[in-house]
Amino acid sequence: MSATRLRPGSQGPEPFEAVVARHGADVLRLCRALLGPADADDAWSETFLSALRAYPRLHPGSDVRAWLLTIAHRRSIDQLRRRARSATPVPDLPDLPAAEDATTQMSGRIDGELLAALDRLAPKQRAAVVHHHVGGLPYAQVAELIGSSEAAARRSAADGIARLRELRELRAGTAGDRDDRDDGDDRSDR
Amino acid sequence: MTHHDADDLTRLHRRLVDAADHEGILDLTYRSVDSPVGELLLVASPDGLVRVAFEREGHDAVLARLAAEVSPRILRSGRRTDEAARQLEQYFEGRRRDFQVPVDLRLVHGFRRKVVEHLQEIPYGRTESYAAVARAAGNPNAVRAVGSACSHNPVPVVVPCHRVVRSDGSIGQYLGGTDAKAALLALESA
Repeated sequence: MSATRLRPGSQGPEPFEAVVARHGADVLRLCRALLGPADADDAWSETFLSALRAYPRLHPGSDVRAWLLTIAHRRSIDQLRRRARSATPVPDLPDLPAAEDATTQMSGRIDGELLAALDRLAPKQRAAVVHHHVGGLPYAQVAELIGSSEAAARRSAADGIARLRELRELRAGTAGDRDDRDDGDDRSDR
Repeated sequence: MTHHDADDLTRLHRRLVDAADHEGILDLTYRSVDSPVGELLLVASPDGLVRVAFEREGHDAVLARLAAEVSPRILRSGRRTDEAARQLEQYFEGRRRDFQVPVDLRLVHGFRRKVVEHLQEIPYGRTESYAAVARAAGNPNAVRAVGSACSHNPVPVVVPCHRVVRSDGSIGQYLGGTDAKAALLALESA
């Protein structure tokens, strides 16, 4: 019964609970960035359920975080397709933080206002921005995830960031209109 | 992470446990319970209690070993383990003399299995010598092997290996420490 011989992760996969504890918040952040809070719960659940399914066969030494983010991305895309089919109305004008640069903002925690702005991007732009700036994946991997070339992924991310800046300026210019907007109920995750 | 996010993750975790169980891929669940002999880890399969571990064994190390030997599909949950925890609390309060929970002995094989099965028949408040257990398990010469089987009992307390003592009346070794063994024997003789 030697504990030192059996350090977590040293032999085969560690208990799945440790994976959920370590990466659960990041996956939720990614799903929210891609989908908004309402559909993010379903994507999170589907991500971890399918990860649990495959977990015993996961190759030793795999990058578990990248693996989960890849699954989360696929599940989120599924959600986006479902949403497109059910023709959810486009959300109202986003509420963007006025003072900070969009890129800096995203490398940290994502707040509700930024999520709303991301919701306004074309799916590819959003996926490229989120995977690169939030998920921290290199463009080559982003390209694989969104099914385009590396150059196109780079361009999508740049276009997405430019669009976020544009939206932010728009928001700064119309700050007084805030009360007219309805970004309450359907964004609530409760 | 805000408190809100932590609540969301707790809720999503519960949902994951439900879905995994429903799909039949929740191989092991665990929780801990406080006791006079330190915090106990309880781990269960769909068939019953697989493991009870003392604090000194290192709960993380025990879970890592179960991930390697049984399955890495392990999630923290009171599902399957809450009832054992409740009965253990009653036992330590002196309100329970035997445990009515299914036990899964998949971690024990061969002669050790015979020993552990016999241990379940030693009543509350009674003790047996290692030699007597060896005879009962069908191999009177295997006194040392009985000691080894007891010290590798995967479900101590619930399967009462603490009731096996030396022929000279001294209490002998115990996975949870001799103090813990003495405390259990004292509890049962009160």
